[in-house]
Amino acid sequence: MASIAATLVETEAAGSLILVPAGEWLVASAAELDRRLQALKLPQNRRVAIDLGGIERVDSAGAWLLLRTEHDLAVRGNAVEMRNLRPSFAPLFDQVRAGGFHAPAAHPRPAHHSLVGFVARIGEISLGLVARIYRLLGFVGLVCETALRLLRHPGRLRLTAMVAQMEQTGVNALAIVGMLSFLVGVVIAYQGADQLRRFGAEIYTVDLLGVGILRELGVLMTAIIIAGRSGSAFTAQIGTMQVNEEVDALRTIGLDPIEVLVIPRLFGLLLTLPMLTIFANLMGLLGGALMAWGVLGITIPQFVHELRLSLSPRTFWIGVVKAPFFAAIIATIGSYEGFQVSRSAESVGRLTTLSVVESIFLVIVADAAFSVFFSILRI
Amino acid sequence: MAEAPGEAIIQIRGLVNRFGTETVHDGLDLDVLRGEVLGVVGGSGSGKSVLLRTVVGLNRPVQGRVEVFGADIPRMNELERRKIERRWGVLFQDGALFSSLTVAQNIEVPLSEFYDMPLPLMDEIAAIKVGMVGLPEDAGGKYPAQLSGGMRKRAGLARALALDPEIVFLDEPTAGLDPIAAGEFDHLIRDLRGSLGLTVFMVTHDLDSLFAICDRVAVLVDKKIRVGTLDQLLQDDHPWIHSYFHGPRGRAAQHAEMAAQPQTAAAAAAPA
Repeated sequence: MASIAATLVETEAAGSLILVPAGEWLVASAAELDRRLQALKLPQNRRVAIDLGGIERVDSAGAWLLLRTEHDLAVRGNAVEMRNLRPSFAPLFDQVRAGGFHAPAAHPRPAHHSLVGFVARIGEISLGLVARIYRLLGFVGLVCETALRLLRHPGRLRLTAMVAQMEQTGVNALAIVGMLSFLVGVVIAYQGADQLRRFGAEIYTVDLLGVGILRELGVLMTAIIIAGRSGSAFTAQIGTMQVNEEVDALRTIGLDPIEVLVIPRLFGLLLTLPMLTIFANLMGLLGGALMAWGVLGITIPQFVHELRLSLSPRTFWIGVVKAPFFAAIIATIGSYEGFQVSRSAESVGRLTTLSVVESIFLVIVADAAFSVFFSILRI
Repeated sequence: MAEAPGEAIIQIRGLVNRFGTETVHDGLDLDVLRGEVLGVVGGSGSGKSVLLRTVVGLNRPVQGRVEVFGADIPRMNELERRKIERRWGVLFQDGALFSSLTVAQNIEVPLSEFYDMPLPLMDEIAAIKVGMVGLPEDAGGKYPAQLSGGMRKRAGLARALALDPEIVFLDEPTAGLDPIAAGEFDHLIRDLRGSLGLTVFMVTHDLDSLFAICDRVAVLVDKKIRVGTLDQLLQDDHPWIHSYFHGPRGRAAQHAEMAAQPQTAAAAAAPA
């Protein structure tokens, strides 16, 4: 098709202004035409004719520009006449006109960067945070109530679902948890040996490893990996069910979504996270031992002997006892955020991210709280 | 609008689609003529949506030619694709609106992708599209999640029409709508066809839509297509086609259309 450029000519005849648009008034040239129309000096209280006879092709964008011009002229008190419109274009003009001249929808734009906007935003975030904590506490209460009820009637516990969750969150995570813990052990042993060698205290690398991994790093690393791996999965699974109205379907069948969806995940993770932690501790120590052997020449029997001297079983238990608490945080946050999903797919992604960030944050806060607590108890 | 009506704007020859061992289309031929409303019907799983996805290039056929505007869809490069894509619009089943954008922003996505336009003009064009598809004035600022199913379809249609395409593809546009909303949607398509000179390729299950707005109907049976006007298909003695049009629902839709015929005929005769 031959491309006929769109044109716009202004002429004067018999005391009235005549606008002569011609050519192809299509969306492709809309930006250019819009600029030329905006540049026109619109008269006031005159007779204006818009001669549409020269228009070869027009689409709704072009029709809009012409109708907008007519409208703008009429608003200024001009007597506007549109003439010579081809009959075949008339339905389009009618339809665009029927759409009306309402103001375009406002875009949701970020608040002004003024001081008031800034303060208002802080207030909004704070209030939102309080409301979220309130709702989260409500959810925790609901989960506790359901869990206690199930402990009274253990027959209603969904063992199959729970075992499936344990496989998902535990067995399938062994490789990644083991691998990363091993590497952390290697890094600590290497860095520790480097620093301690200056004091001739290389042998204390073993103590550093034992205390560091068993008390803190083993359980913390495991919890963070599981928060990223399984907490996000919880949110995404429950959230997708929410989008598909599966959660509502459960309710109408008479099943309690907390009992069916949350409890198996919570109990499953409560059992698997301590076991994963023990596994992570072993792998971390193994990595450290191999590194100590390689860099410092401490043999494995020597390493074990030194570990026994420096550690008591209490060190081990202080680490492992934190695991169920971290598990509860991860499972609760993961499920809670899943239930917050609205019926749009976009919210699944947003809340999954939020769930991971929140559970890692809360795990570390809880870890800090444990440290303070243990130091008060002088453990 | 420059081309003569009646020329084949979509041409499908010997199309074969296969998923695993399941053959969906086996040597399918179809012409869609410029300016017509073509309804595509068929039983569940007969490959209606696959056909639509193949024509718009979302599904690569195993064999066969698919030409739209004379361009070979499965074998064209990115640049040719972009040229073609601004000449068609697609309405997916549930609207497929981008959920993180408002309705107006959804309509502006194709505009800003293909044309360098000032924002106020894009907002205006989005606003007239919102009006043209019969959405209320405030719908433009809303997010898809805030709209009902029928409004989402209208918003999806507004986005499909953003670039004033020559062809619109509609995937079950009236499914899930109440009969009144479905009837309004039919009228909307017919009005837009009249004013914008659209060619409409419509996958549907809605017998009322078929009788109300389709010029021709393509029936997917036995992995091929039988196409004709409704009168021709009503005479067809293929068992599936026969039970489709002569079942209780088919008959009801025919009668409803006959009752409505005088006024639609008058409306069609008037130059509007």
